[in-house]
Amino acid sequence: MTTVYVPRDSAARSVGSDEVAAALAQDPALRVVRNGSRGMFWLEPLVEVETPAGRIGYGPVAPSDVDGLRPLLATGDVTHPLYVGRVEELPWLAGQQRVTFARMGVTDPLSTQDYVAHGGLVGLRAALRRTQAEVVAEVTASGLRGRGGAGFPAGVKWKTVLDCPEGLKFVCCNADEGDSGTFADRMVLEGDPFMLIEGMTIAAWAVGAREGYVYIRSEYPDAVQTMRAAIDLARAEGWLGERVLGSAFAFDLHVRVGAGAYICGEETSMLESLEGKRGTVRAKPPIPAIEGLFGRPTVVNNVLTLATVPVILADGAEHYAALGMDRSRGTQVFQLGGNVKRGGIVETAFGMTLRELVESYGGGTLTGRPVRAVQAGGPLGAYLPESRFDLPLEYEAFAAAGAMLGHGGVVVFDDTVDMAAMARFAMEFCAEESCGKCTPCRVGAVRGVEVIDRIVAGERPDENLALLEDLCELMTDGSLCAMGGLTPMPVRSAVAFFPDDFLSRKP
Amino acid sequence: MRIEEVEAAVRKAVAEHRDDRGPLLPVLHAVHAALGHVPESAIPLLARELNLSRADVHGVVTFYHDFRRTAPERRVVRICRAEACQAVGAAALVEQAGALPDILAEQVFCLGNCALGPSVQIDGKTHGRVDGPRLRAILEETR
Ligand SMILES: Cc1cc2nc3c(=O)[nH]c(=O)nc-3n(C[C@H](O)[C@H](O)[C@H](O)COP(=O)(O)O)c2cc1C
Ligand code: FES
Repeated sequence: MTTVYVPRDSAARSVGSDEVAAALAQDPALRVVRNGSRGMFWLEPLVEVETPAGRIGYGPVAPSDVDGLRPLLATGDVTHPLYVGRVEELPWLAGQQRVTFARMGVTDPLSTQDYVAHGGLVGLRAALRRTQAEVVAEVTASGLRGRGGAGFPAGVKWKTVLDCPEGLKFVCCNADEGDSGTFADRMVLEGDPFMLIEGMTIAAWAVGAREGYVYIRSEYPDAVQTMRAAIDLARAEGWLGERVLGSAFAFDLHVRVGAGAYICGEETSMLESLEGKRGTVRAKPPIPAIEGLFGRPTVVNNVLTLATVPVILADGAEHYAALGMDRSRGTQVFQLGGNVKRGGIVETAFGMTLRELVESYGGGTLTGRPVRAVQAGGPLGAYLPESRFDLPLEYEAFAAAGAMLGHGGVVVFDDTVDMAAMARFAMEFCAEESCGKCTPCRVGAVRGVEVIDRIVAGERPDENLALLEDLCELMTDGSLCAMGGLTPMPVRSAVAFFPDDFLSRKP
Repeated sequence: MRIEEVEAAVRKAVAEHRDDRGPLLPVLHAVHAALGHVPESAIPLLARELNLSRADVHGVVTFYHDFRRTAPERRVVRICRAEACQAVGAAALVEQAGALPDILAEQVFCLGNCALGPSVQIDGKTHGRVDGPRLRAILEETR
């Protein structure tokens, strides 16, 4: 019996992995495992076969390739045109530091045996042997900062919740992942769900919560299904429930599904939505750590933040903090997308340059044309020209350059991109997705679209560019949250780095 | 839609989520899944069953893009218009899809498939590297 792996990740499915898996499963001599994806999407569907020499890959495999491939799989044939080599030795993968994503693509996401065999639960067991304050101190010492965008130290947030008087407390995982160009949260939910469960359970133990929620956007139906299945399995194994791993600690977890609103990724808006209300932003203070879900002390963390906690507890804070640079410790799971030849997941220590990510890993554009710009950090992040590609991927360096790392997404554009159109889109998106609670965001974005239209139409361009700048300043300073507050970032960077695109289009 | 049908869907959804904290969203999702939309006639029923005001329920239904107020008459195709898909031709795809008579093309901002765009979602399944001809082929195959 030969074991073959065909990913169940929805990106792999989007290019036909189900059909490939079904065709392979017709052969009784093959055992087909649906693993997560390695995050090398240009190779998907990537079929891996278990051989004495390790896992050998073939990709991208179309369903029509299967007949030719099947007889060769048992021997790990190296002459097939789709042969890519030993997967773990591919330079693209071997050069990375997969810490949070160590199991990604390796295991069957819903196999509890696989999870335990590949280091699962070590972190939770270690946490349960320590006091709550010790666990919080460990997370603080690791330097782990929130991966959802703002980069707030996770341990500091947890301490605030721990220090609140005992009583009803919650742990909420923000799995709303609305940023264009990001998919790492989705991959965790679909490809290593027990890791998130373990991370949330550790958080709950550390702060004294008994109930947790994973708020998943509705655009991710596979993630919802996999996460629900994983929670059921974890309960059956005693990893969740009244006696977590046989201890006296009780914790249970529920999945909630969003309903198509970008703003519900903002943490207070997400809490409103979890309470069954319109997803409008709350004024802060009070912060959610003190008055969060239903007014109770609440940890709100991104998927990647919580998913990184188990390995910190398992290997120790020092081990994690040894990676990275300055105040950006550990690794970041970068997501490379858009017009790029080799898109996917690149997990490395903070500090690699943008150029290395886009050029060495990405291999330039898919279209083969020159790279003109990247947008880093999602729809509220800056557009950067090639001249800025030597920036190190690290929180403070990006902030100093008027950009942000955000959730780690990097979207590549070739030289056909119209940057005035992208700036207009940033305003249009804000107008579409604003929760409507504050005027600078709700009205400012609509005005922003109009002003950009006038600029490119050649109507008093200098005056209107000055007006656009005023508007950006007003939105930055006057908005209630970073939706309106950061929409100016892509707009201003487009104007600053690509001014020619804003010249009149009139013949 | 017959009111009995709406009543049955509301009652079932509420019963399933009675013990949830803040159950309105899960209940609305369940009603939407059962009926394909959230009809106007469901709003007073939901308000009564969940002990909320009609204005509250109405406010929530209208806030979220997912909840349709009327049943779609054509097949819904959600096309990603976010930046990473724009970088590989989402605008052209939107245009081509707009010319197809038997679908209802809707915009969506990111499907988490940003390295394999342009992306679309049909009946809960995401498809990658989609252009006009491939969209037609997918619609044909999954009809
Ligand atoms: C408009 C807007 C959208 C956001 N979307 C997300 C999101 O999709 N996922 C996320 O984790 N954080 C998002 N955030 C950040 C959250 O408000 C919050 O900082 C984060 O969930 C905290 O978790 P962390 O400290 O682990 O990053 C968003 C913020 C804003 C202003
Ligand atoms: S931007 Fe289209 S799938 Fe992410």
